Amino acid sequence: MKIGKDIYEIIFFARAGQGAKSAAEVLAQAALSEGKYIQAFPSYGPSRSGAPTESYVRIAYQPIRLHEPIIDPDTVVVLDDTLLKNKNIIQNLDEEEDLIVNTRQDKDFVQRMLPDFKGNIKIINANEIAKDVLGQIKPNGIMLGQLIKVTEVVKLESLLNQFKKIFEAKIGKTMTEKNLIAIQKGYDYLS
Amino acid sequence: MKRALTGGAAMAEALRQINPDVMPVYPITPQTPIIETFAKFKASQKVDTEIITVESEHSAISACVGSSASGARTITATSSQGLALMNEILYIASGMHLPILMLVSARALSAPINIHGDHSDMMGARDTGWIQIFSENVQEAYDNTLIGLKLAEKTSLPVMVAMDGFITSHSVEVLETIKDEIVKKFIGDYKPKQSLLNLDNPVSYGPVGLPDSYFEFKLKQVKAVKNVFQEAEKIYFDFKEMSDRKYNYIETYKIRDAEKAIIAMGSVAGTIKDVVDNLRQKGEKVGLVKIEMFRPFPYKKIANVLSGVKKIAVLDRSLGLTSLPPLYGDILNAFYREKLNNSIKSYVYGLGGRDIYRKQIEEIFEKMDQEIFFKKEVEYIQ
Repeated sequence: MKIGKDIYEIIFFARAGQGAKSAAEVLAQAALSEGKYIQAFPSYGPSRSGAPTESYVRIAYQPIRLHEPIIDPDTVVVLDDTLLKNKNIIQNLDEEEDLIVNTRQDKDFVQRMLPDFKGNIKIINANEIAKDVLGQIKPNGIMLGQLIKVTEVVKLESLLNQFKKIFEAKIGKTMTEKNLIAIQKGYDYLS
Repeated sequence: MKRALTGGAAMAEALRQINPDVMPVYPITPQTPIIETFAKFKASQKVDTEIITVESEHSAISACVGSSASGARTITATSSQGLALMNEILYIASGMHLPILMLVSARALSAPINIHGDHSDMMGARDTGWIQIFSENVQEAYDNTLIGLKLAEKTSLPVMVAMDGFITSHSVEVLETIKDEIVKKFIGDYKPKQSLLNLDNPVSYGPVGLPDSYFEFKLKQVKAVKNVFQEAEKIYFDFKEMSDRKYNYIETYKIRDAEKAIIAMGSVAGTIKDVVDNLRQKGEKVGLVKIEMFRPFPYKKIANVLSGVKKIAVLDRSLGLTSLPPLYGDILNAFYREKLNNSIKSYVYGLGGRDIYRKQIEEIFEKMDQEIFFKKEVEYIQ
């Protein structure tokens, strides 16, 4: 992991249906496969499709005991740029920390939306990549790829292996292969 | 084997290993992941349990009573209004000494309607004659499912094993699962002492108990409950031999030289442990007592471990609407019985899924130093 912290904390802001919860769980399994300890849990609000959601992930080298929502994240991932209107997104996200946004706009747009934010902005047009690779707008895998590139919380290889393990039986070989490419593209993208 | 599972999936995994004879079930949030996962095990023939899908929780527990009285290893799961709807039959299950295991994803009660975690549902069932065990995290949800089943069968009493709704039931955490064959050896085959379907030794279940016998029937229940701690200790010992994980009906954390302590149950205990470590690093003598088994209530043991602790805060995740908060009231009784005079204060937190943070726990420990702290008996962490 990039930062020598006891527990690395990530929040995903998304809209219901974008796959943030699955992304958090795949990340958790990948961390487990590297012998790390994890906690992955969603904040349950109205679950209708399109409603704003928050998913939390903690990764650590030691067992995690606390059960409180993440209030001081190390990295924040935003799967839909219309959520940038919510100023809570950058709460306690400090200067050296990363905000990763799925958007077709540029970094200035994100900065304009969040004028008080002093940390690093990373942008990636995950919807576009998803449309090309998967044929549908499912940005979660691509965002995961970018997330682990930026944070190094797990290795790319662990993430790809776990994705395959979890999803191959559910979505079939072809779709799994496409998703693995999507994760790789997210990882390779220079934001 | 280390795995990452939600509390619901972890309990279902323990159920797969147990492979109960009968599971009457009715879905309710946030318990549904348990029976949903288990139904998948059944569909893929990993278990041969007879799953009975019924039309309400009242029917689920009624089917449990019939099944358990017939001599079948019987398990169900529920939450909140479901547990409240079962109430009538809960007394029948315990009165008939039926070793039913019920998994509870603890949740608030209506009104107003709320699907999130607190301990109100468990508290509503606390004097029904069932043993009640609370779990702190996903690991304990799994372990207590195995421990709870064995305790039910050893004591011939029904057992509820709870985890905190959503906080534990829907949170993925790392846990260590035990190999199938080792679990099977630990729980053993179920051989009921008597049953309705044993024609060599015919018995009646549910007869009328008139004034000449009812009293004695109830005292037999009291006697059976007295046996629980002793049986639990044996099971905890065997469980440690098997898993290297140590349990007891209460867990003490850094309490030996503590001057200030918090008593709590469920997932908040993990958060408190982090706070205790943090304050200990700053030289503060603080500790935690976690109630693992809430019914029967371990009065004596609690008073013993806390007798030397001057200042104590009790955290309840439910209200005493017309009485004191339930855990706080029991703690007062425990201290009174041992003629102890420690300063004890009640906090109610987390109702209807309201989050609780380390900062708020720290504040409780800080405030204990002020004289005025114990003036107000019950406070609410909103």
